[in-house]
Amino acid sequence: MFSKILIANRGEIAARIMRTCMSLGVRTVGIYSDADAKALHVQLADEAYWVGGSRVAESYLNMERIIEIAKQTGAEAIHPGYGLLSENAAFAKRCEAEGIVFIGPASGVIAQMGSKIESRKAMEAAGVPVVPGIAHPLSDVEEAVEVADRFGYPVMLKASAGGGGIGMQVVRDEAELRKAYAGNQKRAADFFGDGAMYLEKFIENPHHIEIQVLADSFGNTLFLWERECSIQRRHQKVVEEAPSPFLNSELRIKMGQTAVQAARSIGYRNAGTIEFLVDDQHNFYFLEMNTRLQVEHPVTEEITGLDLVEWQLRIANGERLPFRQEEVSLDGHAIEVRIYAEDPKTFFPSPGTVQKLVFPEGPGVRNETGVNEQSVVTPFYDPMIAKLVVKGSDRQDAVKRLQAALDTYQVEGIKTNLPMLRDVAQHPVFQAGHTTTDFVAKYLQGKS
Amino acid sequence: MSQIAASMAGNVWKVLVNPGDQVEVEQDVVILESMKMEIPIASEFSGTVKEVKVNEGDFVNEGDILVELE
Repeated sequence: MFSKILIANRGEIAARIMRTCMSLGVRTVGIYSDADAKALHVQLADEAYWVGGSRVAESYLNMERIIEIAKQTGAEAIHPGYGLLSENAAFAKRCEAEGIVFIGPASGVIAQMGSKIESRKAMEAAGVPVVPGIAHPLSDVEEAVEVADRFGYPVMLKASAGGGGIGMQVVRDEAELRKAYAGNQKRAADFFGDGAMYLEKFIENPHHIEIQVLADSFGNTLFLWERECSIQRRHQKVVEEAPSPFLNSELRIKMGQTAVQAARSIGYRNAGTIEFLVDDQHNFYFLEMNTRLQVEHPVTEEITGLDLVEWQLRIANGERLPFRQEEVSLDGHAIEVRIYAEDPKTFFPSPGTVQKLVFPEGPGVRNETGVNEQSVVTPFYDPMIAKLVVKGSDRQDAVKRLQAALDTYQVEGIKTNLPMLRDVAQHPVFQAGHTTTDFVAKYLQGKS
Repeated sequence: MSQIAASMAGNVWKVLVNPGDQVEVEQDVVILESMKMEIPIASEFSGTVKEVKVNEGDFVNEGDILVELE
């Protein structure tokens, strides 16, 4: 095993990775920005170094400085966590060139899966179903109309340069498409300086279900079941669970095998996730592959009994997976909710100082956090401050534990989405396990 | 004279108007970026832009004046 690694991240995930390192006897090097000088992950690291100013471009994305710290401290590997540099192929390549182990797949695979177009091509070639779409930007509105007729309405119009929802619109007929095309293209051109538009078939009220895969360097690729992540706001996940209440065992195995086939076809190594959209007819379509650890990885850990960070380290260190697919257990039911520093109604961020913080406790309750009392939540980073994970013997049991845990969860000083999470946990549609991606808009918006 | 202020702390991601521009009610004048979210700031007034008080990349606190109209 490595004797020392650098964790190129912050917040709850840096803390989470450090905990596994501690249990494995691996020493940790933390990094921090101006705004994070007193952050929890800095306190937990065996040694921690300043990387730059508060903005991520000056600190957590400062590749050269991070590599320099790794070399100076003698860190043998870098764990990128999620977000930040985790899916940056150039960074992985720099690590490879410097002889520092990047805990993740090869840089070429990150680049391939990071491109919407390349990843689609690779998946189609591997026989993985993809959402019907186009490979080149639309040349004009007439082409958009023609393509939409071919796919059938509704279709989703997307700005190539968009990310946070700007330039994305679902349209249901030709008149709507013509109007949306003009408007969204102008917005995309104004906001991003790039008016290139794409169009794809819109899957109505899908389930967002993703498969966790784990692959070593010896050709062993396994699936660790699925996670249901349909409850989202602003296209970001809020509640995740495993297993999915929507899948039957036949579809579960089929999706798992498809994910393994996809990962194998691109020579994937380490932990990765293949995201699918699943329609009400149980058709599933490749959405994207995340070539890193996911925020919601704890629910998989709870039902399989595996520590995913530990296996990431072991695989990166050249170890072989010692268990087979049939030996991957699926025990009980786990649910994770993300605690965001945000207004529960508008979802607008709410920076500030955490005055009071009381975590729920009890059997089957796990807290992952990047903050403690008196932590300052700054505007510079992601609004997620903590995760609550519960495990039960079955889904009903897990939901009960979630409700009880959320009731005792207390955060004061900043606004959080806790009221919204309590509404989700109490909602009959959630309790019945019938949530699709329109859940928040359909049942909770304008509430709380 | 009317002032358009930041509704929360964050970075100025985009300035969408220039001095002399005509602005309508509910028109976005600035996009802030806070906690990875893009937050368009719309004008509550109509008028002509007198002065843009911020530059792209600036950090602003809640209540800071972004744009002045006349």
